Amino acid sequence: MPPALPGARPDFIQDIAMTNGNSEHVTYRVKHFDPDRDQAPRWQEYRIASSAGMTVLEGLWQLKETQAPGLAWRASCRMGVCGSCGMWINGKARLACNTQIAELESSFVTVAPLPNFDIVRDLVPDLTPMFDAHTVVLPFLIRSDRAEQESPTVEYHQSREELERYLQFSYCIKCGCCMAACPTFATDALYSGPMPLTQAQRYNSDSRDDGFGQRKTVLAGTAGPWRCHYAGECSRVCPKGVDPAKAIQLMKRELVLDFLRLRRHSRPTDLVEKPEGIKRRPDIPEAPARTV
Amino acid sequence: MRDQSLWTWHVIAGVVILVFLGLHMGVMHLDALLGLFNPEGGHPIDWGNVLARMKSGFFTVTYVVLLGAALFHGLYGLRNIVYELGPGAGLRSAVNAVLWIAGLALFAIGSWAAWAASRLATTL
Repeated sequence: MPPALPGARPDFIQDIAMTNGNSEHVTYRVKHFDPDRDQAPRWQEYRIASSAGMTVLEGLWQLKETQAPGLAWRASCRMGVCGSCGMWINGKARLACNTQIAELESSFVTVAPLPNFDIVRDLVPDLTPMFDAHTVVLPFLIRSDRAEQESPTVEYHQSREELERYLQFSYCIKCGCCMAACPTFATDALYSGPMPLTQAQRYNSDSRDDGFGQRKTVLAGTAGPWRCHYAGECSRVCPKGVDPAKAIQLMKRELVLDFLRLRRHSRPTDLVEKPEGIKRRPDIPEAPARTV
Repeated sequence: MRDQSLWTWHVIAGVVILVFLGLHMGVMHLDALLGLFNPEGGHPIDWGNVLARMKSGFFTVTYVVLLGAALFHGLYGLRNIVYELGPGAGLRSAVNAVLWIAGLALFAIGSWAAWAASRLATTL
């Protein structure tokens, strides 16, 4: 959560608000919850000035500056990259920084924390269950050449076609929007949810990876993809176009083929041979020493 | 059984149902076109036609396979519905046990009925 200090609002927000003459007013309906004070979440309405191009996140900053100094939410990059500002906005899980008020086509902006998670405070959901499930599916390359992984000498080979198999799934920013939209995750505590399963599929599809067997210990059980009803809401709300529903169906297929002993097991790709006879140009400095 | 194997059998049972239920529908409703399984002519559930089918080992096996596939497919779906209500580990085990026992009992009864009908048909 950014510090609630006067003047903390980035200058560009003020610029937008001041220089655009088409300022209108919108009503923000915001869910508040302070676990130290409130028994249950409560709604509060605010009226603020909005302008063309203004995002829901900028509106929240304006609210914090002028009317609700204690309002809490997560945000960081303001450009749909970090995945911090996932919120329930006008009935759909979205990134607040990536959603313009104009695109909501309403004079009301209803903002609540992502559902299917406990609330830490106001608009801040407790994403711990999502990241716990994410950890369990081993979301990293698993190979036997651990020394090479820790101190790489060259790169692993990967063709363009092999890259395409998982590239879409690697765009995930772990914002939690898919988890909030998933009707199965809403009711089934055993279900890992779209994000962890998509990331498991992302690594299972990676030609450099050899961890299918290890991930299968989790995915073949109750926490696996089996209770997905293919509602497709996760793919509909994903702000990065990751398509978790597709990943989950592909994972089901892989696991079924594995059970039937029909899954093609390919060896993880080898290292690319180090090019010979290549000299570093003298005007290019040496890479700095590793710090980690 | 692990969910991976249960799901795989669920899919296989779905395919079996598709084929065998398709066959059943064909026999019952498309016989005017097919004319293969109702040698007595008339309606597919006329006594002569039923008797002819029950004498056939093919149909006895078909009914037993269809029964097994439908029971497994349906009870697995029921298990999923119950699981989504969020039962604890103990209750989940109990649900599994009840569904297995009920499924096996129903399969045994149904299989016995198909076998008995087959035996009866051959004596008539």
